[in-house]
Order: sequence, then structure tokens, then C-alpha cells
Amino acid sequence: MELIFERSHVGRGCSVLPACDVPAYDVPESLCRKSAPMLPEIAEVDLGRHYTQLAKQTHGVNDGFYPLGSCTMKYNPRVNEEMAALPGFTKIHPLQPVETAQGCLEVLARAESTLSEITGMDRVTLQPAAGAHGEYTGLLLIRAYHLSRGDTARTKIIVPDSAHGTNPASATMCGYTVVSVPSDADGCVDLDGLRAAVGPDTAGLMLTNPNTVGLFDKNILEITQIVHDAGGLCYYDGANLNAVMGVVRPGDMGFDCVHLNLHKTFSTPHGGGGPGSGPVGCKAFLAPFLPGPVVVKKDGQYDLQMPEQTVGRVRTFYGNFLVVVKALTYILTLGKEGIPEASTGAVLNANYLMHQLEGHYDMAYHGPCMHEFVMTLETLKKETGVSAMDVAKRLIDFGIHPPTMYFPLIVHEALMVEPTETESRETLDHAAQVFLEILQEARKDPESLHEAPHNAPIGRPDEVGAARHPVLRYTPVEA
Amino acid sequence: MGRYIPASDQERQEMLKSMGLSSIDQLYAAVPAQMRVKELNLPAGLSELEVRQVMEEMAQKNTQFSSIFRGAGAYNHYIPSIVKTVTSKEEFVTAYTPYQAELSQGILQSIFEYQTMICELTGMEVSNASVYDGGSAAAEAVMMCQERKRSKAVVSGAVNPQVLTTIETYCSSRSVPVQVIPAKDGKTDLEAMAAAIDDTTACIYFQQPNFYGQIEDGQGLCQMAHEKGCKAIMGVNPIAMGMLQTPGECGADIAVGEGQPLGMSLAFGGPYLGFMASTQAMMRKLPGRIVGQTTDAKGNRAFVLTLQAREQHIRREKASSNICSNQALCAMTAAVYLAAMGPKGLAECAHQCYNKAHYAQEKLCQIPGVSLVYTGPYFHEFVTTTPVCSQTVTQKLAEKGILGGLPVEEGILWCVTEQNSKAQIDALVEAMKEVCA
Amino acid sequence: MNTPENLQYAKSHEWLKMTGEGTAEIGLTDFAQDALGNLVFVNLPEVGDSIVCGESFADVESVKAVSDVFSPVTATVAEINEELLDQPEKINEAPYDAWLIRVEGITETEELLDAKGYEAVCAEEG
Repeated sequence: MELIFERSHVGRGCSVLPACDVPAYDVPESLCRKSAPMLPEIAEVDLGRHYTQLAKQTHGVNDGFYPLGSCTMKYNPRVNEEMAALPGFTKIHPLQPVETAQGCLEVLARAESTLSEITGMDRVTLQPAAGAHGEYTGLLLIRAYHLSRGDTARTKIIVPDSAHGTNPASATMCGYTVVSVPSDADGCVDLDGLRAAVGPDTAGLMLTNPNTVGLFDKNILEITQIVHDAGGLCYYDGANLNAVMGVVRPGDMGFDCVHLNLHKTFSTPHGGGGPGSGPVGCKAFLAPFLPGPVVVKKDGQYDLQMPEQTVGRVRTFYGNFLVVVKALTYILTLGKEGIPEASTGAVLNANYLMHQLEGHYDMAYHGPCMHEFVMTLETLKKETGVSAMDVAKRLIDFGIHPPTMYFPLIVHEALMVEPTETESRETLDHAAQVFLEILQEARKDPESLHEAPHNAPIGRPDEVGAARHPVLRYTPVEA
Repeated sequence: MGRYIPASDQERQEMLKSMGLSSIDQLYAAVPAQMRVKELNLPAGLSELEVRQVMEEMAQKNTQFSSIFRGAGAYNHYIPSIVKTVTSKEEFVTAYTPYQAELSQGILQSIFEYQTMICELTGMEVSNASVYDGGSAAAEAVMMCQERKRSKAVVSGAVNPQVLTTIETYCSSRSVPVQVIPAKDGKTDLEAMAAAIDDTTACIYFQQPNFYGQIEDGQGLCQMAHEKGCKAIMGVNPIAMGMLQTPGECGADIAVGEGQPLGMSLAFGGPYLGFMASTQAMMRKLPGRIVGQTTDAKGNRAFVLTLQAREQHIRREKASSNICSNQALCAMTAAVYLAAMGPKGLAECAHQCYNKAHYAQEKLCQIPGVSLVYTGPYFHEFVTTTPVCSQTVTQKLAEKGILGGLPVEEGILWCVTEQNSKAQIDALVEAMKEVCA
Repeated sequence: MNTPENLQYAKSHEWLKMTGEGTAEIGLTDFAQDALGNLVFVNLPEVGDSIVCGESFADVESVKAVSDVFSPVTATVAEINEELLDQPEKINEAPYDAWLIRVEGITETEELLDAKGYEAVCAEEG
């Protein structure tokens, strides 16, 4: 497909601005750029068509089943989008006097209180722009807490070996050393390993529950107790909250702070990689350290205030406000019954699909799963040469987005499937059928699977070439 | 069932039965009973009609100013209609991060085009796929400059205070020292900054135009940094890049900025867009996603996420940043905006901002007691004194439907853009005359 | 798998070639390059850096992984193979020609294996 720059023709353009209605003022030559940027010169019709063609080469949730494990690709309700487009929200300057932005502050306050209730926390900051940003913020709270007590010896963060790479990276950003604890045979935290790892140097533990293999760690109270007894704090990575919303709360599992992904659990769209939102909730004793400003209510009026011992800011202003509007719309729509129903629906769908694949594909762990399950294609690969990647890529030909591949790292040839609650039984039945059909293909004609997908806009791209000789921008061919 | 779950109660029962189960609770057997939530303390769910009323009611509690003279990090620019049309396409809105290149060529190509435009705008060689916002972009840029023997960041006191706080937060958690050089006459104090750079300094950070709207000596500052062996990071306003010397021309190592002016609504502060571009030499230190061009098995041009070994999912605790997303839809917004404006439109927009700000300043400063605080060349923001308390001024302007400049220590920080017509500016001046009388 | 007789090997899959009094070349073994797959980037130390026996002094990147390269000696970096910065594929093509660094002033050397011993280690790792 042509690049927008290749559609550009000198002298074309869109008509956007009126003529300037004030006199021109001199600009000293020395301050000016020497040459104009090479931006496209393109008529609106061609601009529109360009992106319509790009849209056709993009697979979104509205294009079909998207069982991408750990990413919670649920349906993004349209009303959320409309509410976030209300001019009463979009046209508000973030530095307007607070008395003229009471509605925005109310959105933040209500989002905070509902998310606090769902997580079992006391306060929530909506400033972090994504899950990783939330992790960083949560760890800043843990760090500030220990330092406020003069406890400078706590330099280590414990992370299970099944964790997503973001956890250790976030810990490093906070100046912590990462200690990895092993998982036991059923994918949960090895308690003895944890006991051996904690000590006076433990700042905290980062954990997802359900964990990255899709299981609820039944020892969770013991885990958080072990960390607390050692003087550390417990951080809940909310990546998998969609399994347990309204069923069990991180606050009741013994966690001290938590981040959520509004773009996973609370139905806001992923936008091809963002904007998301990663609010952080904490227990009252961590609230004085929250990044600011936070919303407070005084005499019936909302106001903004920096918390007493704030860690500062993790970005400008108050967070991805419009994303929060969407999530609040969703929470109010679901309400107290709808929220647990979403989670139980997600768990039901995952188990239903797993049940249909069990016996054909090897499950990495046995017994019921939570909202997602992990298959291991190690045996299939040994027998047929067909890898998890091959199966995943072949799904594309059937209009199904591949599951998450090769994660978690502790499972070989992993495919992680998360159907979410917003898929119907027919969709799950169809997906199961496709998975089984691919299995037959793997046994009959493994070669053809190595080249899948066959019907996508492109075949498998040369990633090695891309990384060895990076071409990261368009450069016009010299005439 | 409703609420976005297709399955009816009966279907749920059938699905359970097919697995030999009778209740969903059986699937939650691993959750200790004493921990289970009995009922959330939340209101009952609402129909779409009701939720719309609730949200609209909240939106109505905000004041929408039609006449805005406030910037300070969030700018009121015209957004061409095509921008929203393109970025509301459901494929773009509902897609995930483009890991699966075969299904994501649209998003990937759009990011590749965005990266190209950011390079052109800033005059830099390489751009990433964007980060959260201008503040986190500046903080990440400081982290990029960390070397074993050089860690300290020397930051101009004339930068946006929120960006400064963000830099300080990021640095403090990694024990990176930050030295802030107080501004002099509304600009970076070159002498003091030069004196602050020592052999432990990793980088300097300054903003162009700066928080007070003043145009800094970008070239001089970059040169000074390099002479002293550290990197120069320049935070720039992207609209100003339609007119002003670019970071590339100034010799900066990294250019960052808040991309909100490129087609994003004010939206009470977000979502916005952090853009980041660097020299080729620093390419592998750029955090976040980067899209590269390659070919597929048939030799067709294709786009992929590349240089991923920099990133957290591979490098884990050795990664220098934990960011694992970009603001893809905001990056696309910026790209569509820049394509709609074109090189001439962007330059026109920049010059209109410049001209209108200067016109407004000239007229405002004819009012007794209102005078320009910083007299250096400025772009579209400037600070004036006020004869009465600045808070009172802006409050009274608000009563007249005008969002005045931001009260700052020195007076009021005004911002004028192409959205402010001459009539609006004249009306502001009239209103100010009354308020200041 | 290719394992030249004239080199010494570390269990962590580096080779060491003594080139004179206290000087040597260090590179990655054929086994290592094969396990890593197509290399796309090499991160090398700077000339003059001190490297320590058993500690990482460089890393190599494939598309999906990054791996540390450990030093079998304590010494000073005398030279880096700049060619690899542009053409990391040379490590895949000819691992025993593609030295990563040359070192001088070796003060300590870990216990290294001969070709036979190293092949046995590789056989175990499979």
C-alpha cells in the first residue's frame, strides 16, 4: 500500500484556516527554521481514503474474535465513546478554575470511589496513563512509605518467575533489585521459595491473581501474610482483574496497593496501543504519598489538592480523562450486579472453550481456569514440527486474532487464550472448531502451516531484517 | 442478559451443564469463601438511556468557554473535521497493540508515517511511536541519557512546572540528581546553567518556547551542553515547529514534547501525546514502541514493531524503561492533523498564533497597569502584569465567558492561538479595561 | 557443531583465544550463536573498560531475546570489534572469526574447558 507521502503532490492540501485577521508581526530570521517540514500535501478526499484503506488492514474487536490472553479484548460499548465525545468534557481546559470544571472533577471523584469499592482500596489516583505507568506509580508509593519510616534497607522487590516483563522493569525504574521466586507445579507461588526470599531487605511483592497462567492462587492470604510479616508491602497487578471483579477484592486478599487497566477490565478501547489508563488504588496508610493533585470535596465543592507527602507527578494534569469518562460510563451501566456478572461470564466462557479443546490440545495446567487458559504445544511441535506460532498465525486465515504466544515464559510453546464475557456461545463453538481443524492440518500438512497466514494482507514479515537494518521513517527517493 | 453479555441465563446453564457443572461458583472453588464479596456497595446498573442522562448532567456542570486565552501546557487549536472522522474508525479504535503484523498493517503503517512526520517536524533522525504525554516524554528522555559516570540532569527553571515535577519524580526514584537553574528574565540562565554542568552531568533539559512563551537560544544551549560533554534535550511545542528553528537545527540530541496541539481536544488534560525523537546515535536508547519497515515472504513492503530487544518484555529488569504501549490513536490523530494542515497549513497556523499573540499583547499593554514582564522574543504566550490581583482578573473574565490567562507569580500568562479571532481579542481587551479600571 | 581445538571455552558459551602475554580475544561459540538464532545487535563495552571474570561485559540481541555475554577473564578492554556493530550476522556466519573484544592485562582466568570438554557440556544442554 502507498504511504501517505507517496500520495503527496506539491500544491495540494485541505482548506482549514481562514486568512489571518490581524496584522503580521516581524519574526527575526535567526529564530526561524531553514526549510519547511516534508509533510504530505494531500486533498481531503485522498487523505480520507488513505486511512480507510489502512483501516481495512487493521483487525479490531469489531472485526472478529480476539482471544488475546492477558489483554482482555472485550467489546467496547458505543455509548462510552459518545459520552467521552461530549463537548462538555472535550472542550474543558485542564487549568480552568475548579469552580468551572466541577463536572470533570465529579467524574474523577466517582471513578475513584467506584474503583475503590471494586478493589477494596481506600483511595485511587487516575493519573497513570497505562498499566506499566500504574505499576511504576504503585511502586513509588511503596518506596515512599518505607523511606518515610527511615527504612532504607528495603531494596528488593519480589516477582514470581511467571510475571510479565513489565513488573521487573517497573521495579528497576524505582531503583529496586528484582528477586524472582519460582512457581510450583500448579503455576502458583511456591510458598517455601517465597519464605526463603523475604527478609529485612524486602520492599514488596508484585503479584497478579489470578496469575499469568490463569489460575487463582488459593494460598493468597498466606502469601500476603508472609510478605507483611517480613515488613514488605503487597502490590496487586490488576492485569487479570476481569476474572474476579465483584467476586473477590485485592484489598481483601491482603494487598496494599493495586493498579487497574481501564482498557482491559473496564471496556475502554485499546486504540491500537493506547491511550489506556492505569489507575492506582491504595490503602489509607499509603494515600499521603499518592501523586497529585487528587480530588477532594470541601463544602459540597470539588477541589484539587496535592497530598501531604506526595511522590510528585507521573505525568502532566490528571490522567487520561476521556478514558476515565468511558470507564465510568461502563461501571455505571453494569452496576453492582453487572460487574460480578461480567467476571463470572468471562470465567464461564474461558472454561467452556477450554473444555472443548481439552483432550485435543495439551493444557499447561489442569482443573478449571479463571478468565483465561494456557495451552502448551510442546508435544505437537515435537511430533509435527508445528509450533505455537504456526497455529496462531493460521487462526488469522479464519478471521480469528491469534492468542498471546510464548507467554508466560515458564510454559513452553504457550498459547494463552482469553475469550472474555462479551463473546457468544456460537463464537466460542466456532473458534473451537477452527482450533481442531488446524490440529488436523498440523498432522496432515505441517508444511503449509509454517507459511500461514495465507489470506492476510501480508505474509510473515522479515523481523530479523527489520532489526538488523532499521528503516524507521520514509525517505523520498531522490529524483 | 444484557450489559454486553450475549449469553442468556438459560444459555449459561447449558454451557455449565456441558462441562458437567451446575453452578458458576464451582469454577471459583479456589477462592477462599471468607474472602468472597457478598455485594458491592455500588448503585444498581443503569440502562443506556439513564447512563447517558447521568453523564450529560455531569458534562453540563462544566463551563465551556468559547473564548480561551489560556495555554500553559494545553492548547486550544482548531481540529479539522477529518481528524475525528479518521480516528473514530472502529478498526483503529478497537485494535490492540500491533504485535501481529499480519493483522495490523494499518496501525503499523500509520505509526511509521507518524514517526516520519515527527522526524520532519523536529529535524531529528529517529522517532519512537510515542509515549504517554509531554511530561513523561521529558522524563524518559532524561533516563535515556544516563551513563555510568554521568547521571545528573540540569534543568532550566523556565520549563513547564508540571513537566519539571514529572522529571523530578522519575529521577528521584532512580536516585538521579536534578539541579534546577532558576530562570533569569523569563529565560534559561545560560551562565548559571553552564556553571552547573560538571563531569557528572548527563544532560540538560530546556523548553522551546519556554513556559513563559519566550524563545530560548536553542543553538547556544545545545552547543554549551556538547562543549561540556553532556546531552541536550529540547522540549518543543509542535505547532511552533511550523515556524521556529528545530531541535535538529539547534543540534539537540533528543527532542520531546506534548503533542496535544496536533489535533487533540483539551479534554481536561488527556489523553494527550508524548512525542520523542533523537539522533541516530541514540536510537537504541529510545524507550517504547518503534515501527520499522521490512518485507514479507513475497518481498512486499511490510511494517513491524522492531528493535524490541530494548523493551521490557525481553529485557525485563535490565530495561531502562517499563513502557509497553504507545498512544497509538493519539499518534494517528497527530498524523492526520499534520497531513490535513500540510507544510503550508502548519506554517500558517504557527504564524497566526504568533501574529495574534503579538496583536493581543500590544493591545493589552495599552491598558494602564498592564505591561509585558519578559521582553524577549516570544511565540504565542506572554506574561503581563495586572493592576489588580490576577485571580480577580481571571474570575471577572470568566463571568464574561472568557477563559483568561493563567495567574502566575509574575502576573498573568496569556496564550493566543489561531482560534482567537480579532473580534475575540478586541473583546478581551475591552473586558480587561473594565476589570482593571 | 564446530569446536576448534586451539581455543578455550567457558561453560557459559564464550571462547577465549590467548594471543600473547596477558592478551586474548573473546567471542561467542558456535553452539551459542545457533541457540540464540539470528543476531540483530551487539552491545559492546568501551575500550579501557575493566571487565571482571564471571561478569557480563556485553549483550547480544536476537529478535526475541537478549543475552548477556560473560567474561572468562579479569582484564582491560583493548579493542572492540566495531564491524559487529553494523554486521552482527558475522557472529552467526563465522563465530570463531567474529571476536567481540580483545583484552590485555589479564589478571585472572576462570577455569576453562578444552574443545572436548566443552562439547560434552553442549551435549548435556542438548
